[in-house]
Amino acid sequence: MLQDKDRIFTNLYGMKDVGLEGARKRGSWDSTKFFINKGRDWIIDEVKSSGLRGRGGAGFPTGLKWSFMPKESDGRPHYLVINADESEPGTCKDRDILRNDPHHLVEGALLASFAMAAHTCYIYVRGEFIREREALQRAIDEAYEAKLIGKNNVHGWDFDCYVHHGAGAYICGEETALIESIEGKKGQPRLKPPFPANVGLYGAPTTVNNVESIAVTPTILRRGGGWFAGLGKPNNTGTKLFCVSGHINTPSTFEEEMGVPFKEMIDKHCGGVRGGWDNLLAVIPGGSSVPCVPAEQMMDATMDFDCLSGLQSGLGTAAVIVMDKSTDMIAAIARLAYFYKHESCGQCTPCREGTGWMWRVLERMVKGQATKREIDMLFEVSKQVEGHTICALGDAAAWPVQGLIRHFRHVIEERIDQYAANPDPDGAVGEPVAAE
Amino acid sequence: MSVRRIAQEQPEKFEFNAENMIWAEELIKKYPVGKERSAVIPLLWRAQEQNDGWTSEPAMRKVADLLGMAYIRVYEVATFYTMFQLSPVGKKAHVQVCGTTPCMLRGSKELIEICKKRISKTPHTLSEDGDFSWEEVECLGACVNAPMIQIFKDTYEDLDEKALEDLLDAFAKGEQPKPGPQIERTLSCPESGLTTLTDVPDYVPLNLSSSASDVAEAPVSQEEASGEILTAVSSVATEEKTTEKNEASSKENSSADKSSDDLKSAAATALSEKSSEGKTADDTVSDEDRPEYLDGPRDGNGDDLKMIKGVGPKLEATLNALGFYHFDQIASWTRENIAWVDNSLSFKGRIDRENWLEQAKKLASGEETEFSKRANYDDAPKNDAPKGDK
Repeated sequence: MLQDKDRIFTNLYGMKDVGLEGARKRGSWDSTKFFINKGRDWIIDEVKSSGLRGRGGAGFPTGLKWSFMPKESDGRPHYLVINADESEPGTCKDRDILRNDPHHLVEGALLASFAMAAHTCYIYVRGEFIREREALQRAIDEAYEAKLIGKNNVHGWDFDCYVHHGAGAYICGEETALIESIEGKKGQPRLKPPFPANVGLYGAPTTVNNVESIAVTPTILRRGGGWFAGLGKPNNTGTKLFCVSGHINTPSTFEEEMGVPFKEMIDKHCGGVRGGWDNLLAVIPGGSSVPCVPAEQMMDATMDFDCLSGLQSGLGTAAVIVMDKSTDMIAAIARLAYFYKHESCGQCTPCREGTGWMWRVLERMVKGQATKREIDMLFEVSKQVEGHTICALGDAAAWPVQGLIRHFRHVIEERIDQYAANPDPDGAVGEPVAAE
Repeated sequence: MSVRRIAQEQPEKFEFNAENMIWAEELIKKYPVGKERSAVIPLLWRAQEQNDGWTSEPAMRKVADLLGMAYIRVYEVATFYTMFQLSPVGKKAHVQVCGTTPCMLRGSKELIEICKKRISKTPHTLSEDGDFSWEEVECLGACVNAPMIQIFKDTYEDLDEKALEDLLDAFAKGEQPKPGPQIERTLSCPESGLTTLTDVPDYVPLNLSSSASDVAEAPVSQEEASGEILTAVSSVATEEKTTEKNEASSKENSSADKSSDDLKSAAATALSEKSSEGKTADDTVSDEDRPEYLDGPRDGNGDDLKMIKGVGPKLEATLNALGFYHFDQIASWTRENIAWVDNSLSFKGRIDRENWLEQAKKLASGEETEFSKRANYDDAPKNDAPKGDK
C-alpha cells in the first residue's frame, strides 16, 4: 500500500489551492530549469529507467515512445499532443488532474516537449469537460504570466501550450483520430504506418501521450527514475490513479501503487463491495474495453498489467467497474455493446456493421429471445471484428462480448431456456434473424 | 455509428456577435498558418452557445466561410461529433443523462424514466413549454460519481430520483443549482471521507542549481551510469554487428535493457549499484550465446518465417542475415540464445511476447498455428508489410 509521502497527485480532490502558488508549495516547477539543462537524452533515460508505462490503456513504455521521435528536425516542427479525451467508460482519473492538479500537466508538457525537441504542445480535452478545460486554461495562463512557458521563458526553451477540445466522440481518444480531429476533420483513425512519430499532426513528427503519463514525469525527474521504479512490481512500476465505480460502498478515485491487491484496495478505499464480498459477481478491471473477470478469479488478483492480462483481461486505464449479484450481466455488456455501436466512426466495415450486429443480438439475449447456437455465432462474429479494423475500437467492442460468453455462457443459456419455456405471447417472434 | 440529420426547419441566417468575432480571431492564431481549419470544432461550439444551444445550418456555413472550408467539410464535422445539437434544445435546460454501464449500474435508467415522464417521451424533443429537452448520452467521464447528468456546462453527480426531481424543479424556477455531487461529498473523494492524502509531508525544495558542481547525488550517478553502460555495450556490439544500422539499434536496445534490468533488481535507492548490475547483465549477452546458425538455407530453400506471428518481411530479412532460415532453428533456441537474438532486433522482447518458440515448434512439425492458417487462407495483412504483400 502506498504511503502519502510517495503520492504524486497531492491535490487530487482540490481541497488545497489549485493555483500556481499552491502548486509550487507542493513541488511543481521546482528545479525545472536544472532538468532542462541536463539535456534531452538525460530526461528520456530517466523516464526509461523509471519503467513508466503509458497510462492511456495500452501500457507502452513512455520513455521508449519518446525516443522514437527524430533526433534532429528535418525542417518540420515537432509536436507533443496530450490526450485528455478521457472517454473510456469507467475512467475519470484525468478529470481530477485537469481540474485539481493542472500544473503537474503543464510542467510535464514543457519537459516532455523539450525532450522531443517540440516547441508546441496541444492538449486535446474532451468536449464534455468544459469546467476542466477552463481550469486547465487558468493554469496555462498562470504559467505564461510567470514566464514559466511561452517565448523567452525562464527555462530557456521556447514553448507554447494550447488547449484544444473535441465535441463528444469517443474515437478521438485513438491517437491518429485525435490528430485528425485537431486538424479539423472527422475523427477517423489513420492507417499506420506511417506512425505519428514520423507523420503526425500537420504531417510533422508527433507524439501523443495520455494526461497521466505526462503529469507524473516532473515528479519522476525530481525524485529520480529509481524512486518510481522502486514502487509497484517489476515491469509494472510506479503509482497509478485508480477509479472504482459500480457496486461498492464508496466509489472514488485515488492514487495507489501498481500491483496493489484488488481485495485490499476495495476494502481500504471503497468501503468494500455492496452487500459483502460474497455478493461480488464480476469485475471489469480496466475500463469498458477489457473483458470482465468473474469474482472468484478476481479475489486474488493484483492490479497491474501483467497479472490482469494473465486473467485474459487487462489493466487498461485502471478504471475498475465492480458488479454485484444483482447485476444482469447480459444487460450490462449489451449496454457496452451499444456504446461501441454508437461510437464506431464508421470507417471500417467489420466495426461499423459488427458493433450494431452484436448489440442487437445481445439485446435479444437479454430477454432470452435467441437460440443457443447463436451464442457461438456471436462469439465467432466478435472474432471477425477483432483485429480486422484500422484502430483498436473493433477489438475493444469484441472483448467485452467475448468475456461475457467465456465466463457467463450459462447465464445466457438459462435465460434462453426460461424464455423458451414461457415465451412472452405479445413478443412472439418466428425464427429470430440475426441481421434484422 | 450514430446517424444524425439536421433539423427540417432552419433559421434564415447566423452571424457571430462582435465579442465572439474577436474571440474567433484570437482562436485562429493558435494554429499554424494554412491550418486554420483546426479551429472548426471550437468555432462551431461557440456558434452553438450563441445560438441557444443548437447548431443551425446557417451557422455551419458561417463557420465554413470564416475558415475558408468547403461547406460539406463543416457539415461532416457537425454531424459526426455528437455534442453538436442539430435541433433546438430546451431553453432552461437540456438534460444529458449518462446511460453507459457504470451509471446504469447505479440507477441511470430510473433517471431516464423521470426525463421521459417530466420532459418528453422521446429524446431530442422539446417539452410542451419549450423549456426542457433531454437525451441519453454515452459516458461523460464522472463514473465514480454515478449516476450523473450534464446540463449545459456543468455536471450534477451522485443523483437519485429525488435529487433529479429537485434539480429539474430548480431549473424550472430559473435557479442555478450547485453543480457537482448532490450528496455530502467532495468531488471524487470517497463519501465516507479521505482514505489518502491525510498525512502528506510538506514539500522540501531540491534547490538544484543549473551548474554541474552542486548537483544532487541521484541525477549525476544515474547519468554517469548510463554513459558507462552505453560505452561498454557498444564495444560488445561492434564485434557482432555487421551493419551500422544494427549497431545503432542495439545501442538503443541495450539502454532499454538496462532499465528493465534495473526494474528486475528493484533496487530503487542505490543508483550506483544499479549501474554495475546493468553492466553485468549486458555483458552476459556475448558471442557464446549466439544460436547455431547456417550460412545459407538447407537445400537452398528456407522456411517462410513470416508464418510466425510477429515476423514481417523486414524481420525475416534480418533473421536470414543472422543465419536463421528454418523453423526448427528457432524452435531450438535457449534462454541465452533468445537474449542474444533479442539484442540484435529492433523490437525488444518480441520473441517472448509473440511466443516465437512455441509457434516455430508447431510450424516445424508441419502443424499450423492460428496465425499461419489465416495468413495462408486469405492473404491477411502481414506484420509491418503493406496489405497484400506476400
